[in-house]
Amino acid sequence: MAEIAYWEAIRRAHDEELAHDRMVIAMGEDIGVAGGTYKATSGLYQKYGAERIIDTPISENSYTGIGIGASMAGMRPIIEIMSINFALLALDTLINAAAKIRYMSGGRVSCPIVMRTPGGTAHQLAAQHSARLARMFMSTPGLRVVTPRGPLDAYGMLKSAVRCNDPVIIIEHESMYNMRGEVPDTETFRPLEGAEIVRVGTDVTLIGYNYSVHLCLAAAAKLAAMGISAEVLDLRALRPIDRDTIRRSVEKTHKAVIAEEDEATVGVGSEIISVIMEECFFALDAQPVRVHAADVPVPYNHELEKAAIPNADDVLAAALKVLGRV
Amino acid sequence: MNASDQKRLLREMIFYRRFEERSFEAYMERKIGGFLHLYSGQEAVATGVLEVARCGHDYVITGYRDHVHAIKAGAPAREVMAELYGKETGSSRGRGGSMHIFDPTVNFMGGYALVGQPFPLAAGLALACKHKGTDQIAICFLGDGANNQGTFHETLNMAALWKLPVLFVCENNLYAIGTRIERSSAVTDQYKRVCAYNIPSSQHDGQDIDVVMAAAGDAIAHVRAGRGPYFIEFMTYRQRGHSMSDSNAYRSKDEERQWLERDPLKIYAERLKKAKVVTDKDIAAMEKSVLNEIENDIVRFAEESPEPRVEDLNKYCLDDQPDPRWIGPLAQGEQHG
Repeated sequence: MAEIAYWEAIRRAHDEELAHDRMVIAMGEDIGVAGGTYKATSGLYQKYGAERIIDTPISENSYTGIGIGASMAGMRPIIEIMSINFALLALDTLINAAAKIRYMSGGRVSCPIVMRTPGGTAHQLAAQHSARLARMFMSTPGLRVVTPRGPLDAYGMLKSAVRCNDPVIIIEHESMYNMRGEVPDTETFRPLEGAEIVRVGTDVTLIGYNYSVHLCLAAAAKLAAMGISAEVLDLRALRPIDRDTIRRSVEKTHKAVIAEEDEATVGVGSEIISVIMEECFFALDAQPVRVHAADVPVPYNHELEKAAIPNADDVLAAALKVLGRV
Repeated sequence: MNASDQKRLLREMIFYRRFEERSFEAYMERKIGGFLHLYSGQEAVATGVLEVARCGHDYVITGYRDHVHAIKAGAPAREVMAELYGKETGSSRGRGGSMHIFDPTVNFMGGYALVGQPFPLAAGLALACKHKGTDQIAICFLGDGANNQGTFHETLNMAALWKLPVLFVCENNLYAIGTRIERSSAVTDQYKRVCAYNIPSSQHDGQDIDVVMAAAGDAIAHVRAGRGPYFIEFMTYRQRGHSMSDSNAYRSKDEERQWLERDPLKIYAERLKKAKVVTDKDIAAMEKSVLNEIENDIVRFAEESPEPRVEDLNKYCLDDQPDPRWIGPLAQGEQHG
């Protein structure tokens, strides 16, 4: 078991899957000769060559479409889009093509692509580099959407995504690429479905995904110091949602906080609250609370940006609110 | 081409025309729903190009005017008609309809409703052919209207850059839905637009199947030899509106009449008659056998086939038999940071 960085975990998954199956290729902007904006494919161009580590022009919709077309003929492309903001340009091929081809062909053609992209705010990247947009993909039937919170899932979910026959969207985060965590030395697959209880507790359930799990964990530590036992649930997959694990946790704690880095409207939190209402309304002792971004494009100014994006103290405040401590 | 192949081709084109006309009737009877885009008038293009391609081996992909491409590529006509009827026996199990015919058993990779979307998908199919090292190629049929999408330029650039074995067939029928080409394309000769990407291209008469076969044969040889993509433009005309709801108000009766005189079936039939390959009597017999086949085999099959079961509504959305190793469930308690 070694402790490695998130980007190294992604790189290792690429390396193993490229070695395992010649039909696996990687494609994206600057991923080859330049080694990848976040180093996630560094060294692979030298190892596997230009035919399998494909540097693409800045043409998100069409290079994603080329990956989808190749997948229809048996290949397993891992498509990197440098920022989820740029994935908006590829929505036609991702949502109108990849997500629908299996269904509209009556199950006769599938599109086993993986699209990886960082979706989150980093440091003062301003409005056009800071969108999160997970909610857009999670609302699309025909896709799988996963949000690895650390190196183990970043590694093991990418490996599963490459093997899986469905199109899988992996949403990473600019602020997590250097985060470190333990990953087994032996080959490991992590399932693409299922929420995970990351910290067991009894008084309140803090629900996060992607980077916001870390906000929940930090808030849970502060709550523990106050004698409050918080359970932290990492959704891991936004599509499909693991309704059972959410229900079981809320039935135990009777209180829920949902933390998302995105804006609230028609968002992950709205969806999770709907799940809670449908699954275990009568288990609730208090109304669930959403922690989310301000309803504005992300500002450049450092202080404004900080004010727009939720932090661990916001999660803590929300937990205290559902607990009736404020 | 020998006489029996010429006769077969004429019969095929008559068949495609009658197939489309029969689906029009079924549409009027409300047995076919949604949008229906008919290929009547353009038959020589798909028939000619795919006659000289290797159907079942090469990949074929197109837009929403896709019935004839699918059948010529090898999809059973019965299943195509059953798909128009939305039946479980249809090419896409009734889930796709007229615009989304698929038959991967013959490498017909679908009809798509997003104009220009098949460009990158075709290049991707070609990328797979190249990667596997086979001598397959991908053939992408689209209309002139598709060339005003970003995917046209993006895909041509990558196809040329990576020397992909893809043939782009532009069926220039002069109208992007209801807007004439002079009003939507700054350069009306579509083959000229391709030179910016260093892709060889040419323009030909799309109403004469012999011209189509000769030109497509050269283009396919270029692509199959590993010399990269080729863009071929055929001048053609759809005899019906864009779809069933089209009044055709944007074009003159005079123009329609001129193009009807250049009907691809008529041109080919006249030539074969002159060459004494067929007689009027042969053609009448062909018409009769085509109508009989369509009515008593194809339409009957579609009408008698079962509807999809409502219980199967959610089937085909994702892999219906996923491997639990990749999907889960997740064992709880494997905590990590």
